[in-house]
Formats: sequence, C-alpha cells, structure tokens
Amino acid sequence: MAEIDDYSDIYAKHAIQQPNELESIVVLDGMPVIGEDKQPKLYKALKKTLSTKAGVEVEDDQFYMPLVDGKGDGYIFLTLKNSTEATTLIKKLDNVPFDSKHTFQINKFSEIDSYLNASDSYNEPAIQPHKPKDHLRSWLGDAQGRDQFLTFQADEVLLNYNNRNNPPEVAQAKQNWTNSYISFSPQGTYIGTLHRQGVILHGGPDLNEVCRFAHPNVKLIDFSPKENYFVTWSNEPIVLPKPGTSTVCPFSQDDEGNSLAVWDVKTGELLRTFPTTPGKMPWPHLKWSGDEKFIGRLVPGQQISIYSVPDMNLVDKKSLKIPGVVDFDWRPWGDKDAVDSNKGNQRENMLAFWTPEVENQPARVTLMSFPSRQVLRSKNLFNVSNAKLSWQNQGDFLCVQVNRHTKTKKSMFCNLEIFRVRDKDYPVEVVELKDIVTFFAWEPRGERFAIIAQPDTSNAQNMAPGVVVKSSVSFYQLDKAKGDFRLLKTLDNKSVNTIHFNPRGRHVVLSTIGSQSKFDLELWDLDYGMDEKKEEIQQIGQVEFYGVTDIDWDPSGRFLAASASTWRHQLENGYAIWDIKGQELTKTTVEKFKQFLWRPRPKTLLPKDEQKKIRKNLRDYSRTFEDEDAAEESNVSAELLTQRKALVDKWNAWRKQCRQQAALAVEESAKSGDDDTTVEEWVEEIIEETEQVLP
Amino acid sequence: MKQMVLRLSTLNFDIEDGEHQMREMSESDGSTASNFASGLSVNNKDGDLIFSVSKDHRINVWFSHNGERLGTYEGHNGTVWTVSVDKNTEFLVSGSADNTLKLWSVKTGTCLYTWEFPTAIKRVQWSNDDTKILAVTEERMGYKGALRILDINKEQPTQQAAEPSIFFEPPGSKVTVAAFTANKNELVTAHESGKVAKFNYQDKTQTAANEDAHQDSIQDLQMSQDQTYFITSSKDKVSKLFDTNTLQVVKTFATDSPLNSASIAPGSPYIVLGGGQEAMDVTTTGARQGKFECRFWHKVFEEEVGRVKGHFGPINTIAVHPQGKAFASGGEDGYVRVHWFDDSYFRTKVYGDLEPELD
Repeated sequence: MAEIDDYSDIYAKHAIQQPNELESIVVLDGMPVIGEDKQPKLYKALKKTLSTKAGVEVEDDQFYMPLVDGKGDGYIFLTLKNSTEATTLIKKLDNVPFDSKHTFQINKFSEIDSYLNASDSYNEPAIQPHKPKDHLRSWLGDAQGRDQFLTFQADEVLLNYNNRNNPPEVAQAKQNWTNSYISFSPQGTYIGTLHRQGVILHGGPDLNEVCRFAHPNVKLIDFSPKENYFVTWSNEPIVLPKPGTSTVCPFSQDDEGNSLAVWDVKTGELLRTFPTTPGKMPWPHLKWSGDEKFIGRLVPGQQISIYSVPDMNLVDKKSLKIPGVVDFDWRPWGDKDAVDSNKGNQRENMLAFWTPEVENQPARVTLMSFPSRQVLRSKNLFNVSNAKLSWQNQGDFLCVQVNRHTKTKKSMFCNLEIFRVRDKDYPVEVVELKDIVTFFAWEPRGERFAIIAQPDTSNAQNMAPGVVVKSSVSFYQLDKAKGDFRLLKTLDNKSVNTIHFNPRGRHVVLSTIGSQSKFDLELWDLDYGMDEKKEEIQQIGQVEFYGVTDIDWDPSGRFLAASASTWRHQLENGYAIWDIKGQELTKTTVEKFKQFLWRPRPKTLLPKDEQKKIRKNLRDYSRTFEDEDAAEESNVSAELLTQRKALVDKWNAWRKQCRQQAALAVEESAKSGDDDTTVEEWVEEIIEETEQVLP
Repeated sequence: MKQMVLRLSTLNFDIEDGEHQMREMSESDGSTASNFASGLSVNNKDGDLIFSVSKDHRINVWFSHNGERLGTYEGHNGTVWTVSVDKNTEFLVSGSADNTLKLWSVKTGTCLYTWEFPTAIKRVQWSNDDTKILAVTEERMGYKGALRILDINKEQPTQQAAEPSIFFEPPGSKVTVAAFTANKNELVTAHESGKVAKFNYQDKTQTAANEDAHQDSIQDLQMSQDQTYFITSSKDKVSKLFDTNTLQVVKTFATDSPLNSASIAPGSPYIVLGGGQEAMDVTTTGARQGKFECRFWHKVFEEEVGRVKGHFGPINTIAVHPQGKAFASGGEDGYVRVHWFDDSYFRTKVYGDLEPELD
C-alpha cells in the first residue's frame, strides 16, 4: 500500500504557485538615519504618511529596519499585504518628499533582487549577420503593369493580379492569415493583418513578415500617409505582463491603462501610447498632418493636442485650447506640396476645426497654420446644428457641410461653405441649398464636387408610410473667372446613397448601398464628349450587383469593383469587376466572402513634363499595348481550345471503352446462357441504344 | 464561363414554355392544395406520360405534351416519396412514408398489391428486365436502412410473394438512393455519408466503394441510358459523374447551392441539376437567394451553360425525357414544371464544333 499513500507527484502537479513573496516587499529608501530609540516615532510618522498620501494602512510589525551599531542606515523594509498594494505605493509615493529633508525612494524588493543577480562582466552582443530584405515594392515591377487586388473569403486570403482580358491570376494564397480584417498601407507597400497578440505587416514578393507589433487584442489599425508610422487600438487597456513571465512586451509602466499605440514601421518600435476617451470613438482617432511631422489628438469640447513625430513630444508643451471644439482635420498633402517641399519652400501645415454655437457666441470654422498657431481665416455661422469638414484630396479646397435649422427649428437645410485654400486670403464661397445633404464627395485632383441631397423629412408629419424619399444628385464646378461654384447638373428622382469618384477624376459611380431592392450601379462621365469639345454629364453604363456592400475603383481608375461582404449580410457574397463603361470582366460568388481590396500604388515618380509627353503621344503607346493584348487574347483562346479538345478526346475514348465493355458483358452473359429470358431482354437493350444515335 | 452564360441568353431554352401549373388543375378537382412534388418518373419508352408523387399522399399521371392530368392513383396514407414505371407502361410501383410499397395497374389505376415494411420506402426502381423491383427503406425506429429485391409476378399481378427475394442491410452509413446496373445481380448505392458503393445482391457483398465521393449526404443518383455511368447530386453542392465499372469520378460539377437532383440529358452534352436552399431555411430568404433554378452544365467541360428559372421553392426532383426532348422538375412549391426544348437547344453549339460524342 505504500505506493498508494505516496501522493507527492499529484501534490506537485496541483501545487498552487505561490506568488513571489518578494513582490509584496518594498524598500523605502532615503529615510532619516536614526537610532533604535526613535524607531517608534518614525514608524508613526510613516504610517500617517502612507495612510494619507497612498491610502495604504500598515502596522508597526510590517516595518523592518536593519540596525548597524544600533543605528539605521536610511532604509526600511516594508512588507505589504500583496504586490498590488506595493505597486500603488510606488506609484503614489516614489520621489515624493517625506519631510523637508527626506524624499521617498521606493523600490520593490524583487527589483533590487534582480539587480543583485546581474552579471558584473560586460558581454559584447553578437552582431547579427546582414540578411537581405525582400523588395517591398516588387509588385510594381510586373511586366504588364497590372494592378493587384486582395480577396478574403472564409479563412483564405488571395492576392490576385487583375487581368484585363482573362480571369484574375492568383499571385499569392495564404490560409488563416488574419484574425479579423486586412488593411493595406496607403501606398500599398505593406499588408497589415490583425491577430490576438498584435499586428503583423507583410510585404515583398512572397508576402513575408516584415515587422510585428505586439499590441494584445488589437481591433483597429491606421497607417500614416507616407506609411512610416502606424497606429493601433485595442478596446482593452494595456496590461503589463506579470513580472517574471517571458513574454516580450514593448510597454512600460507609463503605458498601462492606455489603449492607443503609435509605432515606427521601419524599426518596429513603440513611440508612444495614449488613452482613449470613453464613449464613441471616431476612427482614425489620431490624425496625421500631411507631411507626417505631427499627429493630432482631439479632446472633444476642450482641446487639440498636437505631438511632433517621431519624438512624440507635445509641441511647445501646450495643447490648442479651443473650448467646445467638435472636430478637426489636417489639410492633406497634395502633389503641389510635394514639389514645393522638394524645392525647399514647404508651406506650413494647416488644420481646420469648428466649434458649435454657445449662448451668444456663433458657431465658427477656423483655419489655422501649425506650428505657428496663426489663425488664417475664420468664419462665423448661425443656426448651426451640425457641420462636417471635407478636404479635397490635394488640399486645394475645404468644404464645410453646415446643417442649419430655420429659426423655428422645425426644418433643416444645408449650406456648403467652401474655402479656397490656395488663394490669397482664403476666400469662402457659400452654396445655399434648400435640402439636406446626405453625401458629399470631392472630385480627386479636381475642382468639382458631387452631392446627394434630399428634403428634410425628420419633422414631416404628413408623410405617407412606406414612401421613400427620393434624392437628387448634383454636380458643381469651380468657376475660375467668378471664383464661385456653379451648378453643372442635377439628376432628380434618384434613390442612390453613395457617390464614388474615380481616383483620376472625371467618372463617378452612383450606387445604393445597404438596400435589399436596389442594387444597380450607375456609371456617369462628367466630361462626356470631351474630345468633340462639347462636354456634358452623361450616363455611360449601368451594372447590377446584388447586395453590394463595398465599391472601389482600382488605383489606375480603369476598373471598378463591387463586393458583397459576409460581414454585412449572408446573401450572395462575392465580388465583380467591370471596366469603366460597365463591361463585366469577372464576377464570382464565394461563400463567406469577406473583403475585397485594391492594392494602392505609390505616387508616380515621373515629373510633370514627362507625364505630359506621355499624354501627348498616348496613341503611339496604346497601339503597342493593343497589339500585345490582341496577341495575348488569341494565345489564350488557342490554349483554351487545345485544352477543350483534350477533354473531348478523353471523354470520347472513355465512352468507347465503356461501350466495348458493355458489349463484352452482354456477350458473356449470352454465352453463359443460364437464363434464356434475360438474354432476350439484353438484345432489346442494344437495339434501343442504336436508335439513340440517330437524332 | 462568363462568355458561355452570355451566349446562352440567346439560346432560348424556354421552348414552348411548357409551364403547366398543375397544382391549380388538381385544385379544381377538389383535392388538397398542399402538393409538394417529391418524385417524378417519366415512362421509359415514349416520354409521353409523367408520374408525379407528393406529400399529399397521391400519385398523379400527366400528359407531358400539354400538362393535362390523365389520372390519379389513390391509396397511400402518407407522403409518397418515390415512383417507378416499367418499360411497357403497364405497372407502376410507389413507395411511401406510410411504410407501404404498392404495385398499380397504370391503365386502370387500381392497386394490385401492397407490401408493408417497418419503415418508409424512399426509393423504388424496376430492374432492366422489368422482373424485379428494388426498394430502399428508411433507417428509423431501431430498424436499419435496408435494401429489398422483390420478384414481380406479371402474369397474376395480384398474387405476389409477400416476402422479398433478397433482403440485406448494408453496413455503415445509411443508403439514401440505389439503382440497378447493367451487370447481373449488381446494384449501386449512395449513402448519407457521401459514399457510393456497388453490391452484389445475391451474395450481399460490397464489391467496390468510393468512400469520399461526396462530403455530405447524396440525394439522388440517376443512371445514363446505357448504365455505364451515373450522376449523383449531394447536399455538399456538388454533382459528379461516376464510371459504373470503377466508381471513379469522371466529372465534377461544383455549384453554389445544395443539390437534390441531377439528371443526364440524352441527345445533348448537358446535365441538369436542381436543388436550392433547404426547405426549412426557405422562409428566411427570398426566391432570389434560394437558388431554385434548374442549372444546365456541360458534362465534359464542367461549365455551367444556362439556368431555367421558375420554381419558388427548392427543386426536389428532375427527370429528363427519354429521348432528351424535354425535362420536368418538381419543386417544394407544389409545381411540376415541364419544359420542351426548342430546335435552337439542339442546334446551338455553345463551344463551337467541339462536341463530345453523344449517347
């Protein structure tokens, strides 16, 4: 029975891990050097200080002051109830004065212990051999200059080349690549995948891991415009790993409880963390200036804090105090700014913000330069219920969509306040509308914008139930001579709710997203007949995609993709790609289709004059490409034909073999002749078969 | 594939648009309205009659050329799952959820003989020489799914042997469908697990098996006319052609909806697939998402060439005219739809001159 009584192995297996006792012991340093006689008095004073300043109640027997020659040495051991109490004590009282002459220097005993164990000799770290890195922009070297797109279905991620005449070609396939969604960096260099432990950036021809950022339970990510930095957010505040565990954690005590982190993409290092304010959080929460030199954080109603990057210090050590501020946005970095910057005369960064009406003070939109903090232009507005800032992507114009109410507050209407930012004194034009604007979009690189407007029905009482409010789509253009915005065309009686401008301008798609009954996409050309010098706005195509949830133009503006993601609904998920006129190129329904993304392209490196030259000689260039396309097309169809021919031959051969076998079987059964009646029936079968060949 | 579909829209499948709303006709006869077609059989020689069975306990026979009802066979007391008619259109067998198998006179509509089994009969089929019938019974109430072969006395049809000549319970997953092959004493079975197998029913032994034929339950199995290959359709959304001899997969047709039935169209290089979202999920979605169309696939190139819309419930069964002139589909919506192919269906060559030899 002896071996049965021996439970030591089970005890060992289930033994409760004793928390490191040293964790709850702290060393109070910088204390007065006193004799044993004064000990009770010191303890009393300490107890009072700990209780009042740190809220930690202790008894005399928790102190231990080692005595040397009957005197203390200026430090006291204090055993606390647990390690959390120790942590609070350090947080509250470390570097805090005890009396006029003495200041607390508090450390956990475990820390001191760990320094004791440090080796005295210096070990030179081994220098890692240089490993060549993948070319992160290798996809731009595609011989045919094709764009890539990424599709995410079930657990599979595919990176495809978009072929004009053929089905997409899969460049890379990855299984179980991300825990939630996938994001490209703004210039397409990196692909970010989210995992429980953090974010991984992938790049290069094989999409290998480039960098990883340990932010547990990350939920949202955002790249800076030039993709040098990176912001992550988790809904769970950062918790430091327990001391002693081996997990690598980039966070320090200062980061505890924060939930936003800013990282350097190239080094993978953490730059700084921020807390988020409770309540609704707009994303991106931290906004980058166009040149990536600053990052701004809004504290609604109070201030905008702007930090310089990468040192992440608050610029001039003070925030912009703007009582009531609702929203702000930086002016984007246009091509012109890049040229100016290369010449060395970069304009200062600019930001726009607005404050609502408070008592007798009107609502106000302000343009401010930064870091000089000079107000460039501000405009007062009245009867404002809401406003929305929209910058044109080149940073030429700012449109403030102002929802205003009539004096009775019974109905709403909208004004568009448009700031021309590149002109002297920042002139403001106002477009007054009777309706409310539900959607606003600038033409990228253009001087036009499109809006969807509909009458305000929030207070209408005589609305028949089930009546759908029809919207109108209007296009406006800057009139350079007059300096105001002129209405080009209004399309009435539309039920669309989104406008997607082609990234190259000129073309738009009008669509209805999130509707069960409407799912057509209208393609419009704003410069129809431009070659014949009679420009007009004309519809050039219409396509359908059931249950469309996302619409994207490819970076070249030649192709349009629509997708239906299973994240929104489970009906006919998949994607389709059309050309600019609505000719369908590919359409796939895939179960559990989640995400469709075009891979963005970096800005062109060709200077303006070279671009002009290409545009001028476009016909000559396109001829060679058309020849290539034609050759490829005939190639492919020839390939397909041979493949089909092989299939037919294989089928015919198999059928022949089947027939022979069947005939053989009949013969055999006839020979064996064990059942006369069945033999007759078999003969009948064969006759029937020969009959079949005739029609 | 994309081009194929576009070209097909000019191919006008809807020949006479022989859509006959048979449910309304039966209603005018004063019968109940809940008439879910669960099985179809087209008489083998001429294709002039269509036998339909449904959850309303009744077997109907219709003229295939105009959809007029010729008559009914009444006597079952449960959903009739399956029906089969002999080559000379003399005798009809039907299997029902009332656990009975009935032999009928096609001409007079009288029930000649009734067999009773412990569980429902899910599939019946006449043998090639019309002397035997095969019956597949459901696995339920402690009874395993079983295969029975019954010898039919055609001389005195009301005098039948009460006991099957052969009875056996294939081991493993339940048999959902079975069919005779051209070989003596041989039949193929399709199983709930997605397996297909061949049995010698005299020895009651499995002679060949393809365990991973499908990923989910096989709902239908139909032989080609010469029985050298057969088509299966499964809940796993895939239909496959198998070589009867080797049970190897010859062709695969992957669709986007669960399939209940598949049929090989003689005289053309196509197969017809039907299915759709399962009946229990139908109410949660519209007809558009239900995928209740009959799909035509090219059987050699494994590409879809066209769809025929019309049903507003899942398609339970498909049967093609023995000479390939028409096809009929029976749906959970209670309609049997008959489409006659027009000339362009036979003339149009979707893939140019590349066509396989036809059966």
